[in-house]
Amino acid sequence: MSASEMALVAKDVRKTFVRNKGEAVEALAGISLEVRSGTLTALVGPDGSGKTTLLRLASGLLVPDSGSLDVIGIDVTRNPQAVQNKISYMPQRFGLYEDLSVQENLDLYADLHDVTRERRAEVYPRLFEMTQLGRFKGRPAGKLSGGMKQKLGLACTLVRSPQLLLLDEPTVGVDPLSRRELWEIVFKLVKEEELSVIVSTSYLDEAERCEHAVLMHAGRVLAAGKPDEITARAEGCCFLVSDMNGAPARSLQARLFSLPGVADAVPEAGRVRVVTKLPTQRLSLDLAGARLEAEAVKPRFEDAFMMLFGVVMSDQPREIAPVAGNRIAGGSEVVVEVRDLVRTFGDFTAVDHVSFDVRRGEVYGLLGPNGAGKSTTFKMLCGLLPATSGSLEVAGANLLTAGARAREKLGYVAQKFSLYGQLTIDENLEFFASAYGLRGAAKKERIEELKQQFELDQFSHLPSGQLPGGFKQRLALAAALLHQPRILFLDEATSGADPFARRQFWARITALSEAGVTIIVTTHFMEEAEYCDRIIILDAGKNLAEGTPVDIRALAETHEGLAPTMEQAFIAIVEKERSKRKENAG
Amino acid sequence: MSERERARRFASFRRIRALIRKESWQLLRDPSSIAIGIVMPIALLVLFGYGINLDVKNVPVAIVMEDNSEAARGVASAFELSDYFSAMPVKTMAEAQGMLMSAHADAIVRIPSHFARDFGLGNAQVQVIVNGADSNTARISLGYAQGAVGVWAQKEAGRRGNSVGMVTIESRLWFNEANDSTYFLVPGLIVLVMTLIGSMLTALVMAREWERGTFEALFVTPVNSFEILLGKTVPYFLLGLAGLALCIAGSKLLFNVPLRGSLSILTVVSMLYLLVSLGLGLVISSGTKNQFIASQVTMLVTFLPAMMLSGFMYDPRSMPLAVQVITYIFPARYFVTLLQTLFLAGNIWSVILPNAAILAGMAVALLALSVRLTRKRIA
Repeated sequence: MSASEMALVAKDVRKTFVRNKGEAVEALAGISLEVRSGTLTALVGPDGSGKTTLLRLASGLLVPDSGSLDVIGIDVTRNPQAVQNKISYMPQRFGLYEDLSVQENLDLYADLHDVTRERRAEVYPRLFEMTQLGRFKGRPAGKLSGGMKQKLGLACTLVRSPQLLLLDEPTVGVDPLSRRELWEIVFKLVKEEELSVIVSTSYLDEAERCEHAVLMHAGRVLAAGKPDEITARAEGCCFLVSDMNGAPARSLQARLFSLPGVADAVPEAGRVRVVTKLPTQRLSLDLAGARLEAEAVKPRFEDAFMMLFGVVMSDQPREIAPVAGNRIAGGSEVVVEVRDLVRTFGDFTAVDHVSFDVRRGEVYGLLGPNGAGKSTTFKMLCGLLPATSGSLEVAGANLLTAGARAREKLGYVAQKFSLYGQLTIDENLEFFASAYGLRGAAKKERIEELKQQFELDQFSHLPSGQLPGGFKQRLALAAALLHQPRILFLDEATSGADPFARRQFWARITALSEAGVTIIVTTHFMEEAEYCDRIIILDAGKNLAEGTPVDIRALAETHEGLAPTMEQAFIAIVEKERSKRKENAG
Repeated sequence: MSERERARRFASFRRIRALIRKESWQLLRDPSSIAIGIVMPIALLVLFGYGINLDVKNVPVAIVMEDNSEAARGVASAFELSDYFSAMPVKTMAEAQGMLMSAHADAIVRIPSHFARDFGLGNAQVQVIVNGADSNTARISLGYAQGAVGVWAQKEAGRRGNSVGMVTIESRLWFNEANDSTYFLVPGLIVLVMTLIGSMLTALVMAREWERGTFEALFVTPVNSFEILLGKTVPYFLLGLAGLALCIAGSKLLFNVPLRGSLSILTVVSMLYLLVSLGLGLVISSGTKNQFIASQVTMLVTFLPAMMLSGFMYDPRSMPLAVQVITYIFPARYFVTLLQTLFLAGNIWSVILPNAAILAGMAVALLALSVRLTRKRIA
């Protein structure tokens, strides 16, 4: 096969980085890979599997330690500029010039790629139409929303037709609607211009839609092929399970996930989707005190992914110790009461008459696209931002009048890692415990308890900034629980975490809710909404829908006999509301 | 030149133009750049309009011995023995003047031919000429000179057992007749402003590109590292010239500092120093990819030496020898010499040429180094 037919050929490529403390981290452990021209290829894998490193090597930004790497038929190690002249690359965090307007950013990249005036006249209107950025040409890039920034980044890489387009997690931190729009642009280009695209992603549904998928783990290729072929590996392994005794899906999921024969278990529409490690005719699972009923279903790409990963991640603990606490029976006590909550910034209304209740021990989800008012609502719930009007009772205290007293009963995990990176796990916990007013033996005891519960002993000497991603998140959660809050707020706590870490995380949340802690979460992963007892969907500051995951799914129509996924339901609800609003306005 | 080669060059030119335009937009829209480029020079100009009192030691003094009598040698030895002076005996006044011009001497002590006779008569004179460019040093040197001669005269009179010995000092201040510290501080400010704009600002904006991840996308385009550096250099070079104009205008209009040398030479040597500063800023930023560290390093490597070790505030000759040697590492030292010469003395080619040549050499070396060090690589 001639070189030009191959967009990328990697042979035994290795790359090792040295961390601050002299510790070597092997990002790529001898990877071999061929990507055909004119295809859309997805690199999938958990954080730290080497996706970004591979893309940076391919774009000539890094030099491999060994092995050979040819990109569009050119040895990129020897001649990076020749490759860079012909490809386009969109880094994970596309560095837009924030002081420059949308048009100026686009012009800069057009100039750098030597795009002629005639070609611009042809390309610009198309890019503006696809990205819907036409209205914002004059706006500084720094003032765009997250989703729009990503779209502008993509537009900048597409001012000319590259021979190969490299996209590094283009949809990370982007809401489901913008995510779908970004993918529509990519699909259109692949179809119209026969572009070769390599895209890395941690969203498995995105990989499923590509022609070719490469599963990466710990710097190696775990599997590669057509997504259908990969999905087929899970044939006969997938079941929807429910408990006739009526245990919530979340609790059932946590128990099923820890069974030895189970590769994966996630809640889905009130039931639990179980993937077994081996194909089986009839699922026979033994769970004390449960009456299980299983229905065989067709596998999805994610099922196969989790099956393949279950093998390499078998050393990861799956069982989460139950949390000691005063177990609650019914849980009808309302602990968070929001009535007609309004927050305005100037003449902009971020939260528009929102009301909801959360009961004790519930897991309650706040969902919505970027800019829907989730974060604003969240900040007001935590007492970080005063409300313009409406009432807000948290743990029996009115936050508007008795903020400090209510806050004692709250725990908060921010979206970004907000502990001290230079302090070790012990020092961080020590500090936050003191900040919460814990002292002496009680403090020591509580810290030990949490370290055990979150399995933090292993790295307790390491500066927390150098912890692996999953551990950082556990530490942040442990720190938020030091003072035994009755209500826990989680702001996109699983953003950027791999599927395994996310399942572990949710198992902990389930254990906490069983111990009577009320949990309020925001998330971009719609399937995570399935873990919630109830969810509320916000857009433009308004309450669009509220109810159990099953209720919400029922609001969207069924297509070709297939029940909508949570994500499809979410998109349908938001779009319906938006078009209604447009009609009213027009 | 082939057609293809021409097209290639033209494309490169267009890329550089695009980068310069982008940088200029950023510069104009970022209040902190404006603050460093325009507000800072004005603030410094006003601030340094006030004098600073400093100690003086080992002032190089040329002693013109027109009289070879014992009395004359006595006066000369009073200077030689003093801690405040380092005396260099010369034969003629012309020779001494040459040394003053080329800044080898800061003062001339002239012992006239009939000093011994006049001393006997009680009306001896010693002429002291001090380089007033640095007015503090000058004023203090003059005081010390008076002291040295006075002590000698008293001792001599006591030895002779009479009170005839009277020496008057006839002092002249050259170059800075007004003896005003603003005369050397204000032109010296140019060195601070050029350093801030050239090194600090450039290192900061380079680090900002690393921090915000803007380089990662920019690198994977046909643009090469030379074009990136040129795109950074040109706008800040122009901003530096604006700062220079501000300083010159300010020193002329606000403080009436005379400009004895030519404006064009001043502009040329300032451009040279600006290039050195830009080179330093770019070299520093190739090593540090974090704005905070970049600002600390430039502060330590460029700004503080420009302030303390360049001769702008403290005369290097009153520093310990080891420190004096160190001052020659820093380009600011040469630029300050040039500035003080051009403002207060004139077009003294014997000073201008070697110092300008050193700056030019440094500029070429640093800019070449920055091109070598800046790679289109991350991590």
